[in-house]
Amino acid sequence: MTDQAFVTIRNAAKSYGALEVLKDINLTVNRGQIVAIIGPSGSGKSTLLRAINELDPLTSGEVWLEDVQINKKLPHRQYEAHVNQVRQDIGMVFQHFNLFPHLTVRGNITLAPRMLKGLSEADADKLAEEQLAKVGLSEKIDEYPSRLSGGQKQRVAIARALAMKPKVMLFDEATSALDPELVEEVNLVMKQLAEEHMTMIIVTHEMDFAASVCDRVLFMDQGVVVEEGPPSVIFHDPKEERTRNFLRKHLSR
Amino acid sequence: MDTELILRVAPFFLEAAWVTIQLSVLTALLGLGCGALGAAARLSRLAVFRWIGAVYVSLWRGTPALIQVFILYFGGPQIGIQLDSFAAGTIALGVNIGAYMTETIRGAIVSVDRGQAEAARTLGLSRWQTMRKVVLPQAARLMIRPLGVNINALIKGTALVAPISVVELTYTAQRFIGSTYKPFEMFLVAGVLYMAIIYAVGHGINWLDRRARIV
Repeated sequence: MTDQAFVTIRNAAKSYGALEVLKDINLTVNRGQIVAIIGPSGSGKSTLLRAINELDPLTSGEVWLEDVQINKKLPHRQYEAHVNQVRQDIGMVFQHFNLFPHLTVRGNITLAPRMLKGLSEADADKLAEEQLAKVGLSEKIDEYPSRLSGGQKQRVAIARALAMKPKVMLFDEATSALDPELVEEVNLVMKQLAEEHMTMIIVTHEMDFAASVCDRVLFMDQGVVVEEGPPSVIFHDPKEERTRNFLRKHLSR
Repeated sequence: MDTELILRVAPFFLEAAWVTIQLSVLTALLGLGCGALGAAARLSRLAVFRWIGAVYVSLWRGTPALIQVFILYFGGPQIGIQLDSFAAGTIALGVNIGAYMTETIRGAIVSVDRGQAEAARTLGLSRWQTMRKVVLPQAARLMIRPLGVNINALIKGTALVAPISVVELTYTAQRFIGSTYKPFEMFLVAGVLYMAIIYAVGHGINWLDRRARIV
């Protein structure tokens, strides 16, 4: 089940004019693997994550999910249809949750499954109940997002992404905007996903979490992957000076 | 002040107020239509449409509405457009306010947090599905008040069709001044009636705004 390339990034590069934000990045994530991307702000880690589902398309290079190239060059209409299709398999969780404020929790979770998979109202409701139970928020199903705490919002956002039954989940600093006491409840949900062998790519500032959950850690700086390896190596015995400097600042905090 | 005169002309003014209301409603509807199309053009992926939208807004906001009314009503027949004064006035004012509404609607749409569209697109929704189910419902709420400002302006702007002899409030006031030589009373009555219409519409907008507030 593992040891099978699932998400593959080849020679990824991205620039805005003369500014290169990603330089020749290669990454293979196997099925069920959990990879953390760490690095200082502006290192390109979020850009790389957002390139995986074409939110920030690469300037050159390839992104694959199994045997489908995500960033295929196609005429506009075909490209849109293709991207809409592949995105259904890639869940994403944002720093600021991005829940739809005009919809209830139920509406947030069922919108995409109903529109894209043609689920009936009853089936969609069942799906919402299942996903909410999973993140421990069953009683909030008819609340609007404004009535939830930050941690609850993020758990709903995770449930919303999971409702599309994605093959891989991307987390873009999912706990950075949360008050410290709310971080743990979101981390717990992510740990639970890890135990279910969800393939995950996690951009994070939380070194403890990365160390305890991830199979592999990438340290990025200035658009390149400086170093990568298992957390035991990256956190306790990094080879590169830049990694050491970064970790010194982050671990002593 | 001649109150007896005011009472005598009141029925004519009420009839004129009804014409002003009809003008306002039709102008607002046409304006909303033009505004929606204009905003769609301004936000289009295609440069041609963006350009057309920008030209529309700058031409129609850059010239006096009175000139636009005159061009259509007096100039129209020269190029084969023959309209009665009510139709010409409604169309000219509607297209005019549509240019302002274009910017109002566009502004509301772009001020919806970008993360909303990103979240929807990430789930697999198409551009149009995202617009319809996620962005527009939120933008609609944001545009109620500024559209109310546009509608307030257009109601007062309906006075601009008086010169082409649409028998609305301002024209009626002028007509009675000709026969009574009492401009103070006549314009006062017209003013009060405009205010009543604007007050009622303002209340309607407030009510809508409260109802649409996101829980």
